[in-house]
Amino acid sequence: MAVSTTIDKVAPDKTPDKTGPRRPVVYRSLSSDRKWALRWSYFFLVLFCIFFLMPPVYMLITSLKTSAEISADPATTNPWWVYKPTLENYVELLTSSQFLTFFKNSIIVAVSTVIITMLIAIPAAFSLARMKFWGSTTLATGVFLTYLVPDTLLFIPLFKMLATLRDWTGIELFNRWYVLLVIYPTLTVPFCTWIMIGYFASIPKELDEAAIIDGATWWQTLTKIFIPVALPGLIAATIFAFTVSWAQFLYPLAFTTSNDQLVLPVGIISSLIKGDVFNWGQIMTGALLGAAPPLIIYAFLMDYYIAGLTAGATKG
Amino acid sequence: MADVTLRKLVKMYDQVQAVKGIDLEIKDKEFVVLVGPSGCGKSTTLRMIAGLEEISGGQILIDDDVVNDVPPKDRDIAMVFQNYALYPHMTVHENMSFGLRLKKFPKAEIAKRVGEAARILDITELLERKPKALSGGQRQRVAMGRAIVRNPKVFLFDEPLSNLDAKLRVQMRIEIKKVHQTVRTTTVYVTHDQIEAMTLADRVVVMNGGVIEQVGTPQELYHNPRTRFVAAFIGSPSMNFVPCRLESHADQLAVRISNEIAFFMPEQKAARYKKLSGDGQLLLGLRPEHLTDMRQHMEPGCVPFDAQLEVTEPMGMETFVYFKMNGADMCGRVNPNAGALDGGPLKMAADLNNMHLIDAKTGLVL
Ligand SMILES: Nc1ncnc2c1ncn2[C@@H]1O[C@H](COP(=O)(O)OP(=O)(O)O)[C@@H](O)[C@H]1O
Ligand SMILES: [Mg+2]
Repeated sequence: MAVSTTIDKVAPDKTPDKTGPRRPVVYRSLSSDRKWALRWSYFFLVLFCIFFLMPPVYMLITSLKTSAEISADPATTNPWWVYKPTLENYVELLTSSQFLTFFKNSIIVAVSTVIITMLIAIPAAFSLARMKFWGSTTLATGVFLTYLVPDTLLFIPLFKMLATLRDWTGIELFNRWYVLLVIYPTLTVPFCTWIMIGYFASIPKELDEAAIIDGATWWQTLTKIFIPVALPGLIAATIFAFTVSWAQFLYPLAFTTSNDQLVLPVGIISSLIKGDVFNWGQIMTGALLGAAPPLIIYAFLMDYYIAGLTAGATKG
Repeated sequence: MADVTLRKLVKMYDQVQAVKGIDLEIKDKEFVVLVGPSGCGKSTTLRMIAGLEEISGGQILIDDDVVNDVPPKDRDIAMVFQNYALYPHMTVHENMSFGLRLKKFPKAEIAKRVGEAARILDITELLERKPKALSGGQRQRVAMGRAIVRNPKVFLFDEPLSNLDAKLRVQMRIEIKKVHQTVRTTTVYVTHDQIEAMTLADRVVVMNGGVIEQVGTPQELYHNPRTRFVAAFIGSPSMNFVPCRLESHADQLAVRISNEIAFFMPEQKAARYKKLSGDGQLLLGLRPEHLTDMRQHMEPGCVPFDAQLEVTEPMGMETFVYFKMNGADMCGRVNPNAGALDGGPLKMAADLNNMHLIDAKTGLVL
């Protein structure tokens, strides 16, 4: 790299044809180049940090204000400052049984979705990556394509399907949190399967051949070799599935209505917005509290997650 | 401990025949090496023995049992792969004991076998390490250890040394030979490197284009190759071939290479080739070590000729000389003190006691 840069810089100077206008060649040391690259990176990093942290900071500020302070005239007071900080909003939400129900529903739904997703995606990915059967490549592509269909397009057909299913089976499927356990996997399974196919495909073929010769069944090869070896990918997929089901808004809005069945994102909106009255303090508090579980999970699994996103590319 | 028999073994990939009906008998305790150029079907053959590849035709027998439809785990074989295929998340001990643990061996027995194999391979201190923390040679040992602990009927090796550097390869080659002398398990070993084949094998199987060209001990293959392919493949630098015809002169037989060059054959060779006289396109095959510098006292059967050298390669112990004989590229091995110089002339001798005559059309050694 160093050599080629020098050559690039020197070469124009040495060309015998000197008719055209020429830029003066500036000789700079590599370390000064690097220093400037670093300065620019930090400049943009800081810029992006400010840009992306602005909304959560504003949420935090708002959540610490009283209703009166929130509605104060911005001409006379600075909205970016809390004059009389209070934990009132937090206390009120955390003691409200309704909010706790939303929270509980969200956790049950998200955790169950992750489990269901993994139970489907891992064996699916394993068979698509390893067991060559008729149509397996087409199927793998198909799995990916389903992920490309936006969920906004799907919820009406899904609604119809569930209605038919309810009429057949007699099981009530609407306005029940457990219907989300059937619906969310339609979002998470394709993507997680696709991630895991990539991971499993990057495991050398000889590894499962060695396991088979050692006497492992397909199932043992999966549980004792593939899952441990592809653990970073598995964790990446888990985080993805959790985040998607935690943040899902459209489907629960369409499929659940009564307060005891709602999950957090819908619950906050429907219980804290009364007509055109927005209880901003509590909405912001609820949103912040709702953002906590994914944050905590990211914090714990971040190393794995990053390793997971980058690993498949190279053999490690 | 077992025999392995291949009968008319065929492997088809779609419409392409990768293995074209080979017959081979491997005796108990034997070390057999399958050798041949890349793509000749060695790995495919080995993988069919392992059960990793379906058999398209013919039979494989292990100990007189047809195993065509027996899954790999029930064939009682162990395989060592080119890239070692160690389980990256397990320690060396866990890697070696994986098969035994799956078969629910008692703990004490596992510990005993792993300890024993580790001792044979000298990896006792590495047992708690993960593969990532091992060098190439150590990984190779662990891969062998994993095969040994299972105490299988047959060891299968697929180019196990190809990922190692030249020096380590020589070292591990000797290691593998020692291990075989210790455990005496029937072994099928695949390589494209003829030196590996010659040094390791009890018997070498030379394959080419999906068929077996010749089976024999290293010495047999070296001295009595049956085809031009085997003659050229075994030995390094490889055998020289130069077009020639036979001429009878009274009671003597000569190979004529050009109008200027002809060699009279020694008697025992003349007797062998007498019937052929005259017709047919022939190739004279001579190994480099049988094209030497002219010395004071030459054995009977060594005939002198003048060579105009193109390039010389001093190897220390000897010097390789490259020259042309009637247009054909030749390589000879001469004494470093023979005065061989790039572009210089050299008085040389061809040892016709070790000559081969090959039918240029069929490629068969006559
Ligand atoms: N899975 C496969 N599908 C199609 N052709 C294959 C496959 N594996 C090997 N072949 C072909 O079979 C022939 C023999 O391959 P192989 O046994 O791997 O050769 P080698 O002697 O180098 O080990 C080659 O021509 C190769 O292209
Ligand atoms: Mg091969």
